[in-house]
Formats: sequence, structure tokens, C-alpha cells
Amino acid sequence: MHPFAYVAPSTVAEAVAELSKHGDRARPLAGGTDLLVKARANVWELDAVVDIKNIPELMTLTINGSGLSIGAGVPCYQVYDNSEIAAQYPGIVDGASIIGGIQIQSRAGLGGNLCNAAPSGDGIPSLIALSAVAKIASVNGTREVAIENFCTGPSRTVLKAGELLVSIEVPKPAANSGAAYTRFIPRNEMDIAVAGVGVFVQLDASGKNFESARIALASVGPTLILASAAGDSLAGKPVNDETIAAASALARDAATPITDMRGTIEQRKQLVEVLTGRMINKAVERARG
Amino acid sequence: MVATFEPKTDYKVVGTRPIRHDGYDKVTGRAIYGADVKLPGLIWAVCVRSPHAHANIKSIDTSAAEAHEGVFAVITGADMPKAESKLVDLGEGNINFKWASNKLMADKKVLYRGHPVAAIAAIDRYTAEEAARKVVVEYEVLPSVTNVVDALKDDAPIILPDMVGDDLGEDVTNTNMAAHVRHEFGDVAGAMASAAHTVEREYNMQMVHQGYIEPQNATATWDEEDRIKIWTSTQGAFPARTQIAGILQVDVSRVKVTPTEIGGGFGGKIPVYFEPLAAILSKKSQRPVKMVMERTAVFETTGPTPGARMIVKLGADANGKLTAATADIWFEAGANPGAFIGPAAMCIYAPYEIPNTRIDGWDVLVNKPKVAPYRAPGSPQVAFAMESAVNELCENAGWDPLNFRIDNASKEGTRRGDGVLFSKIGMQEVLEATKESAHWNAPIGDAPEGKVRGRGIASGYWFNIGLKSSANLAVNSDGTVQLTEGSTDIGGSRTSMAMHVAEVLGIGAHDVRPTVGDTESIGYTDVTGGSRTTYATGYACWIAANNLVDVLKERVAVLWDINKDDVEFNDGSFSSKAEAQKTIGFKELAGKLDDLGGPANSTGSVDLESAGDGFGMHIADIEIDLATGKSDIIRYTAVQDVGTAIHPAYVEGQLQGGSAQGIGWALNEEYYMQDDGKMANSSFLDYRMPTTLDLPLIETVLVEVPNPLHPYGVRGVGETPICPPIPAIANAINDAIGKRLYNTPMNAGSILKALK
Amino acid sequence: MTTNSPSKVHVTTTINGQQHELLVPGYMSLLDTLRELIGLTGTKEGCLDGNCGACTVNIDGRIVDSCLVLGAEVNGKEVSTIEGMATPEGLHPLQQAFLEEAALQCGICTPGFLVAAKGLLDNEPSPTEGRIRHWLAGNLCRCTGYDKIVRAVQKASD
Repeated sequence: MHPFAYVAPSTVAEAVAELSKHGDRARPLAGGTDLLVKARANVWELDAVVDIKNIPELMTLTINGSGLSIGAGVPCYQVYDNSEIAAQYPGIVDGASIIGGIQIQSRAGLGGNLCNAAPSGDGIPSLIALSAVAKIASVNGTREVAIENFCTGPSRTVLKAGELLVSIEVPKPAANSGAAYTRFIPRNEMDIAVAGVGVFVQLDASGKNFESARIALASVGPTLILASAAGDSLAGKPVNDETIAAASALARDAATPITDMRGTIEQRKQLVEVLTGRMINKAVERARG
Repeated sequence: MVATFEPKTDYKVVGTRPIRHDGYDKVTGRAIYGADVKLPGLIWAVCVRSPHAHANIKSIDTSAAEAHEGVFAVITGADMPKAESKLVDLGEGNINFKWASNKLMADKKVLYRGHPVAAIAAIDRYTAEEAARKVVVEYEVLPSVTNVVDALKDDAPIILPDMVGDDLGEDVTNTNMAAHVRHEFGDVAGAMASAAHTVEREYNMQMVHQGYIEPQNATATWDEEDRIKIWTSTQGAFPARTQIAGILQVDVSRVKVTPTEIGGGFGGKIPVYFEPLAAILSKKSQRPVKMVMERTAVFETTGPTPGARMIVKLGADANGKLTAATADIWFEAGANPGAFIGPAAMCIYAPYEIPNTRIDGWDVLVNKPKVAPYRAPGSPQVAFAMESAVNELCENAGWDPLNFRIDNASKEGTRRGDGVLFSKIGMQEVLEATKESAHWNAPIGDAPEGKVRGRGIASGYWFNIGLKSSANLAVNSDGTVQLTEGSTDIGGSRTSMAMHVAEVLGIGAHDVRPTVGDTESIGYTDVTGGSRTTYATGYACWIAANNLVDVLKERVAVLWDINKDDVEFNDGSFSSKAEAQKTIGFKELAGKLDDLGGPANSTGSVDLESAGDGFGMHIADIEIDLATGKSDIIRYTAVQDVGTAIHPAYVEGQLQGGSAQGIGWALNEEYYMQDDGKMANSSFLDYRMPTTLDLPLIETVLVEVPNPLHPYGVRGVGETPICPPIPAIANAINDAIGKRLYNTPMNAGSILKALK
Repeated sequence: MTTNSPSKVHVTTTINGQQHELLVPGYMSLLDTLRELIGLTGTKEGCLDGNCGACTVNIDGRIVDSCLVLGAEVNGKEVSTIEGMATPEGLHPLQQAFLEEAALQCGICTPGFLVAAKGLLDNEPSPTEGRIRHWLAGNLCRCTGYDKIVRAVQKASD
């Protein structure tokens, strides 16, 4: 591991100034559960890490009438231990509560999961399904990027050198909507998804028909996949086995997995189809309350 | 003449569950493991490792690393003493110093990915790691082979050009085949031809790792008197000394090995890795040097157990009696010879009486780490093949697999596949206990929608070993006893040793204070391995305790002014044969020793040829999600003949731990090799050992058939339990989905594929 | 402590109830800070990537893998380790239960399991077997098959 300096600014302005000073040789430190592993393996050679946990706005969870704001440094346990989030954003809780074990969840957060940009990031599909937006700061000001556009490849994001993720903004789900995420892993915890599926559904007032749906896939492509055709196929359709099976098949078609130590192409495609069906049903169940 | 013992049942200490003596240190963080050793002036070292699985080293430039601030010493293969080719027995496996030395540090060629090519000692670990990145190595990459089929092809790259292979006694050169052995008895071809039922299948298993949580480590000093002191987590201080001295080309008395507490080994901490390197770096730097291995290197360069290709054929008559069996097994040795085909041959047919058998075994080099013993090395592999084939034979013929095993069980006088005749063994008792077990008699229950359940059984066997052990005793004035013994304690063995002594002396288990000695404070003791420790070192403790009684009788004779022969000892109390009312307890006597001739000490040592065979039978219930292939073990029982359980809690623990490792091996663990010879999953994340959530509570049934070769009837228990889980799970999967898997790991992907 | 290092960080932290002032290299893990700077070697290194739990410590009431925390990060925080679990009055009930239930074999994972299990029982005194297994999934043990560990935690529960 290349020796690096540790800095802990208390404002966003100080943090982005520090980051821009080092270019790609500095990284923000939130939970450290990916950063320190990569630094130790010399995947990243860093001159400085910028601990963001002393910056109040990056450590804040806000839930109100317009939606949910998750500070970039908020650890997973604060998300899943929050009863309001659990009630209104169960899909996000599904993801946040399976990233690593309890020790990891004390430190790792959805912001870091997003910036690490692993195709298997369990926290990300629900954010995509829920149309969440990333708020980004730099010395030049702030900008917003839809989560589905945030990760651009394995370990690659839209963040430019000197840019800092400030928060993830999740719009408030409408009535009669529901979301859910699950993944397939060989063990029962502490594993990387072989395939993961996050689903958001909006039902009509009767609860019998889909108004819209968004389906996002993990671990079956070079980055997270928004399976638009699969989600769109449900719009205006009745909730039944047939429509759900059709959407699941489309999700399978949207997956572009590889064969590696975690699974084969065929296995992953089948898992996407199976898990999509299961998660649509679960999201519908939640939408119906 | 081998001494034999009549079974007893009226023990006072044996069979109880005292708190282990080292327990307090281990639950408070005080226990000193290898990485915890601190010495004045200590510096750290790391290795520079090959990124290639097979390559010639064209050049190494260490100048920039040597110039790096904080660096004390740098070594390469050129600094390794040239060890001669000499085979030495390490108790569980052999070592050839020439290969062993080359394994630790490449000379002109790297043979596996992660093979050290240099080592650097610096002021601290971070500095050493940073300097290591400055070593420039130029490689000529060679094609690599990572499985036995490719390794034996005519055009395969030759891993060790100067190795001479042994093909049934004939020398072979320019080969990756280190050895081919055969055992054959009876008229195999004739019996197979006349069999009413036969089954023949090929089985393949990927290499797996012991997975101990504590990485390899060593701390060394090499002083100006050329005395080398080593602190290390080892399964045997004396076999470690043998290896270190052999690799460094010094007399064994120059090397002192102090075994620290050891964080798991399972066979993998019998070979040394860092010890000689740290010693050479210490000589160069004149400082104590510590090395702790990174987890990736643990996977890439230390002790896996062989991956295997096996073809097994069984023949049975119309009445369900096995008549013939053949097995062809190819085991991966890694980059040096020695793949445990001997033990595989000893184990494969052991649970059965089969009149006509043949085994051919091949020891094959591949560009992977040299294998090390892993809990019953070679036996789980052949158990997977044999026990799967037995069940398939039963399925085809319509026989109940448990009754079939009872009908064909080996017993006293049965000949093992390698020709050895069994003495008193407990296979039949184990099968009967299995049939009577709560698990076997309970229904498996209904699976939830979309899932199916299945139950599988399988047997397992390990021969257990004896070998050399030493123990010393000294009486304290307060009536307690100091015990120094030579077996490093991986799982509570200190307490079993103390219990042997306490039982003889009629005192409590905690009246004996056990210590694991270093190589200068106790006599030679073989490895903690081979399921020998409680048997052989316990036996040495028993001898030492009896010798102590003899010493103390002399003191009592002085006290009462009678003949030593007139002193009796029973239940912790000495008495006079002539005057029955004249008695003195052990504790009271201990307080008077100062006036009766001073310190009372004793010693005991053994070198045991035989040990007493261990048989087990496991029952596994599995539940499988038909849509994803995900499986869960929902109930598991391990039945085993344990001889006499000295400390039943730790015997149960051995059965549970072995089962857990076997379950992991069966379902998810593997060396997933890339085409370039890199292990893709060299982390705990992707190697996927079972977590708490992946296992049920593991039920144990201790069958106690006392071993006549040990004073208390002990037989080794540690290794047998890793053998049955893999075939038991294969058989359970077949029961659940009606499809049989012939390759490990039997993961969700494999199950899904079988369901297609 | 080391050469070639960027400036060290001044850290004031409470470890097992005792205040410590340290100069920590920015890149040094909390694990190494505890083991190498302070000499608390009860916290063990198993994998250095957060997958075995042998280095589990507690920071401000939450269990973490100390290999994935920088020493510099614990400035102003309260850290507790295995060495802080027993008191002069005796062992913590979990430690006692681990001994009585034979919940350790080699013992290298034991400090991590104990610190993790304490983190559970401090907040949930009566967890189910399933909850115990879920909470401890981040701690690997290769010796026991977890059976006796789970039973020991159950024994130490209310």
C-alpha cells in the first residue's frame, strides 16, 4: 500500500478543494470498506484520503414530504434501522441490509456503494428503480445525475477528479407503489451477488393493474442495468402471472452477464428471470400494503 | 510386542468436561499467537511474489528496493542454501529439502503464481511492502498446466525438468508424473466379469484449502553464534525444526523452535514457509525479523489439498455383497511431488469387505501451490467417489444404502485396499448407531413450495497414526503437577493431556498445569496431526504419570521406612501393604517432598506404530430451491467411533468442525483457476467457506469402542469427520432431485445445470 | 515508527476506558494501531479485507472490522477491544459461556466473536438462534462448525 495522508475536512468546500489538489491520487473516505481494500491491493495508488465523515451534510438522513435524502457518508445501519425509511422505502432497506455483515454495515453506506461502482452493488438497483438522483459537488459548484447514469463501468463513475458525491436524493414514492430488491448468492450472507434484481411498481387505485414499473439488475453486466423494456412492459397491464412472467423474460433478455467464478451466463440469466418474478410479486404485495 | 489394554468404564476424570487450561488466555486476548510475538528491535519482512504461474526468471534487480529508506535486507533465491535431495518423514507426509527449499523461494524458475522471488526486511511492514514494489523482475512466461489431464499430455510443459518419476518402480524422465503406485488383490477381472451388478463412474474434484483463519507467520533471530531461534504457529515444533535445519543446511541443535499458540492448521501448518526466509533475513540484518502472510498468498502459495480425477468401478453379486472394486485416481501434487495417493489407497475401500480390489494412483505435478496435508489427506476425495458409487449401485439394484453398508461392513480381519488387515474396529457399531439415531428415524418433513428435500448418508475412514511423543512431569509442593508436553495445542489438547495425568494420579484435571514445550524444553514430539495427539501424546503422559507414581512410592517408602515394593497407590492415595491404615494422599505427600529427597519429576515417551482406525457415518438433509439451485443443509448428524472420549466436548467439536469443512468443500469451496494459472477467488469473500448462516446445529453421536492399543481406549477422531460430508451431500442431492453430481463443488450452478 | 511517510495524525481516543494520545501515520489501520502502536494484540488479523471478522472491535457502540478503519479515524471516539471485556471482578458472561460450552478450538477467531456477540447482547439481550447466526455471519470460524459458539451466545443471553 502506498503511504497516504489522512485529512478530515469539516465542510464540502474544504473537501472538494483537497480532492482537486490531488486529482486522481486522492479519494473520499466514507466507510472505507472498499477504499482500504483497493488501496491495500494497490488497485488505487493514493497520496491522500479525504475523510468525509466530519462534514455534517454528508452524514445526514432527511425524510420529508418531498422524499428521502441520504448523505453520502451515512452507513447502512442508519438506513435500515430508520423505521420511517423501512416503511416508505423498503426496497432501499432490502439492499442496505445485505451489504456485507454487521461489521461492514456499521461503516459502509449507499454513497460508497454507488461510488465504488461494482456491477454487483446491492445498494444501487433499488435507487435506480426508485428514480433517485446523485447530488455532486466540486470547486465549480454542484450538479445532479440520475443514479442509472452514475456508474459507467466496473469501478467507473461519472465523477471527475475533484468531484464529491454529497447525497442521494430519492423522490417520495406515490401511493399504491412498492419496491423490493433481492440477490442470489451461494452462501446466505457475506457474499457477492451472482445476480440481483430491484423492482419498483406503481399500481392503480384498485391495486389490480400496473401503472408503471422500473426494474434494475445487478451483477449481470459491466455495470448496473436499467431493464427499461421489462419495466415498461408492465405499464397498463393487469397484475397476473402472465404479465409478470413476460416482464421477467424481458429482464432476462436485458442481462448481459459473463461466466466467471461467481456464475455462468446461463445461470445468471435464469436467476434474473426468477428473481425478477419474485421481486415484482413482492413489490406488488408491498404496494397493496 | 504391542501392549494392549482392557476397556474400563469407572473413570474419575476421563469423560468429564473441564474448562480448558488455556481458555482464560484465549477468551481475553492474552494468548500469544505467532503474529503477536514482539522482540526488541523487531523488523518486518514481506515477499515479492511471481504474478505468473510458470516462468523463467531472466533477471532480478533489487537495487531500488535496497536503497529504499528503512530497508534492512533483501534476499533472493541466490541467498538460499543449496539443499540436497533428501526425503524426510514428517509424520503426515514427507519432505524433500531440495524441493522444499525451492518452494519457499524460486531459484531460476517460478512454478506457481505467488512463488516468492525475493524477500525484503524493513523497519515496518508498510515500508517493506512499499520497497517490495521496487524490485524489478524480468520473466519469460511459460505455458502452465493446472489440472492432471493437461499435465499428463505428451506436449505438456514440464514443471520440474530434473525430476525423475516413478512409474510402478520404473524411472521416468521428462514428465509431470511424480509417481504411479498400484495395489491389487484377488481376481479383480474375473470377479468384475461375473458380478450381477456393476457401476462405473468418473468423479472430479477441484483443489480446496484448509482455510485456517490465522495466516502463516514466523519470527526469527540468527545470532553471531549461528544459533537460530524461531517463533511460529506450527503444528509441530520438532518437525518444523527438522525442516528449517534441512533447508538452512545446519544441524538441528542450532535451531530452537518455540511454538506459539496456533490459529488453526488442519495439516496446512506442518510445512514451513516463512521460517527459513525470516532466519536468513535476520542473519543479514542482525535484527529479529517477523513475517505474516497476506490472505491472498495463503490461498495462492500454502497448503491446498489435491484436486482429483477418479474413476471407480464396483461389482456386487445378486445378494447385495460387494465382490470387486477398481479405482484409478489422479491427484494434483502442486509444483512439487507428494499428493497423498498413499493415504487415498489406504482409505478408499476401508469401510467395506471386498475380496477383489485394485487401486492405481498417480501423483501429478501442476502449476499450483504444493499441496499440504488437509484433515485426512486424500481420504475425502476417495470417499466422495466410493460412497457416491456405492449409493448409485444400491439405487440401480434397489438396495437400501444403509443395510447394504451393514451387510458389507469391514470388521476385525478384513483386508484394507492396501493389504493391511484390520484389528478391532468399530465400523459395524457405527452403522448400528446410525440406524438407531434420532435423525435416521425422523421424517425429513415437507419442503416449502418450489423446494425439494433429500437425505443422504455416507461413511468415512481415517487410519490415524501414532508416532513419537514426549511428556515431562514435576510435582509442586501444593499438590499440583506441572506437565510439559511437545504437542502444539490447536483444539484443547493440553487439557486432554492433563486429564490423562490427573486420571492416573487421582487428582483433578485442574491440578495438572499443562505447558506446550519448545524444542529445548521437551523431548522430540511429532506433529499435531494424523489424529495422533490425544492418542500418542496422551499415552506418553500416561507413562510419565505412572513413572511419577513410581518415583513417589520411593518417597513414601522413605517416609514410612518401608520397602518401596510395600507401597501401594490407588485413587490418589498411597498406602502400606503391611499396615492398611497407613495412608497418605498425593497432595499431602507433595508438601513433604522437600524432606523426602527433593523434587519429584518423571518423564514419558512413546513411538507408536499402530493407532486404531476411525470410522464415521454421516446423515445429511438438504433442501433445494428448484428455480435457483440454492441448497441449504437443514439437518446434519455425525456418528463416529471415537474409542474413548477423554473430553467429550472437544471430541464433539472435532466431529462438528470436520463436518463443517466437509460441507463447505461439498457445496462451494474450490480453487477457481483462470486460463493463465491465476486463482480467481483467492480471498475469503470469494472462496466462500461456510458462515454461521450456512450450517445447522450439527448433531453428534459418539460411539465408544475402546481402542485396545491405548490405556484409556483413545482413538484419533479429528480427521475421519471430514470424509463423509461430501458424498453424503451428493447422495442427498440425488435423493432430492433425482440427479447425481459427479464433480465438486456441487454448487447452485451445478445443481441448476443438472435440473435442466 | 516509519520512514517515507506523509505526516502523522494526532489522535486522542479512548480505548477500553483509557484515554490515549497517539501519532498515527495516515495510512495505518486501526488494527495495526491497536496491535503495533498500543500493543493490544488480542485483536487478530485474518484477512485484511473485512471478510473474516477476526479483527472486530467496537467503536462508539457499533462493531466494525478494524482492518478497514484507519487509526486516524478514531480521534474523539471510544474503542473497545477484547482486552476490555473482562473486569477485575471476572470474565464477561459471554467469555464464561465460551469456556463452559467449549466454543473455541484454536481460539484465533474467539476475540472477534466475543466482541461481536457482546455488540449484539448489549442491545438485544434475548436474541433468537436465527438472529445470533445473522449477527455473527461476518465472523468466520473454521474449527467449530459454529454449533458450540451459537450455544454459548444463547447461554449468555437472558
